[in-house]
Amino acid sequence: MPSESLTSSHANSETLLTVANLSSRYGPVEVLYDVSLEIKTGELVAIVGANGAGKTTLLRTLSGLHRSQAGAITFADRDITNSSAHSTVHAGMCHVPEGRQVFAPLSVDDNLRLGAYALRKESQWVEAEMENVYSLFPILKEKYQQEAGTLSGGQQQMLAIGRALLGRPKLLLLDEPSMGLAPLLVEDIFRIIRELNAKGVTILLVEQNARMALAVADRGYVLETGRIITSAPAKELLNDEAVRKAYLGY
Amino acid sequence: MFDQILQFLITGLTTGAIYALVALGFTIIYNASDVVNFAQGEFVMMGAMSTVFLAAGDNGLPTPLAATLSVVLVICVGIFLQRFAIAPARGASVVTTIIITIGASIFLRGLALVVWGKDIHGMTPFSGETPIHIGQATLLPQNIWVMGGTAVMVLAVHYFFHYTMQGKAILACSYNRDAASLMGINVGLMMMVAYGLSALLGAMAGILVAPISFTSYDAGVMLGLKGFSAAILGGMGNPMGAVVGGLLLGLIESLSAGLISSGYKDAIGFIILLLVLFIRPSGLMGKRSSDRV
Repeated sequence: MPSESLTSSHANSETLLTVANLSSRYGPVEVLYDVSLEIKTGELVAIVGANGAGKTTLLRTLSGLHRSQAGAITFADRDITNSSAHSTVHAGMCHVPEGRQVFAPLSVDDNLRLGAYALRKESQWVEAEMENVYSLFPILKEKYQQEAGTLSGGQQQMLAIGRALLGRPKLLLLDEPSMGLAPLLVEDIFRIIRELNAKGVTILLVEQNARMALAVADRGYVLETGRIITSAPAKELLNDEAVRKAYLGY
Repeated sequence: MFDQILQFLITGLTTGAIYALVALGFTIIYNASDVVNFAQGEFVMMGAMSTVFLAAGDNGLPTPLAATLSVVLVICVGIFLQRFAIAPARGASVVTTIIITIGASIFLRGLALVVWGKDIHGMTPFSGETPIHIGQATLLPQNIWVMGGTAVMVLAVHYFFHYTMQGKAILACSYNRDAASLMGINVGLMMMVAYGLSALLGAMAGILVAPISFTSYDAGVMLGLKGFSAAILGGMGNPMGAVVGGLLLGLIESLSAGLISSGYKDAIGFIILLLVLFIRPSGLMGKRSSDRV
């Protein structure tokens, strides 16, 4: 087992998110047991685990789409345990959900603008940020009037990420951004995730593609049947034999 | 003959405009929440009835004030309906929500009967009764009020959903509820706005048409059903379809009442409803099914 020593470059930054003993269930089925984790400002943290381990439920519980059963979530010094999803966005937590979930009949431009719904009074910032997102994803600018549902999977993923960026995230939650994408696009998406983090966006990344996720992350947590079984700097996890066998397949 | 047809067209467009407003109310609620609100006709009735009673008697309010207060009242009823009858049943089947709205409509009708009684009431036309003659056909000032008022409201609704962030936020809720709340949109609040808007359209329809067709506690039943037929005819969920469906239904009814027999006027509306459901269930301007994934 890797040590708990968290020697990342962000060791001195402040804690942005603290999850303490979180439990969550769907009806009678317990999905998360006693999950605790911590993210510091500026970090890129990956949560890896098999299908059904509870990764998506964890993100949904953090952003308020799903109610927790027990435990506490502290975000930017505020208790957001069981806050509604729309209020966690106002606090600065922006969630790119699994399967992208763009508003298919609305235009690309409208989708992005809805991302800034929580900040709609700060229109100057929004216009500037729209340009930033368009320069990050030039293909979206080309298709800005097109219905979002007509975009390819990769383009929809870019739109979903761009839309979340317009919420001015303190923390960006990414749920399986590589799902269903061609390998070349997966590379692209991960390059963008690295770029965003380098620009100072704190990111919590949930991925089944453990190798890619741990390659870009500072730290990683391994989630197995609803429990965090280990956490360590991402490089240590990549080299950990048990993790390699179970999740990296070599 | 030509003058007669012109007269039927005027009557048809006036009735059709009212159907269009009712159908638009159905559409807004259907799009926002996937609920077919059979209490839509009751919004129409309550708008007219409360205006009549607020303006009645020697101490009655002036009509514009009475109408404004009535619209506000009906908007509150719409919001209450959403908050206390529809929202608690979130996730229920379509049939369940339909039964809830039918229940709400029976309740509101009963309430109107208790509060306002069984009598049929008229309302003074907004700007006199001096008819305008076009050939042998006559156009009443109230016809112009109905058609003009409908046009203004249809354009306002179009503007709201296509050019304002609030309107798009409501659409976003209907396309993907979870994703909408992840944008910071308060979905519950948006649902109340949608029901309030729908109630506003219904109340306005009721107030505009009351000077022509009279009103009573049960006037909403037929108007609600006609508006529903119009929404189906145009294609449920398509706002422009609702308007076209309403106008078309009004015209067909008026022409068939005039040229065939007035006894069949209401039957024709429902025959059209059945034909549309048999032949083209998505309606004249129905959305492609891919739009509602």
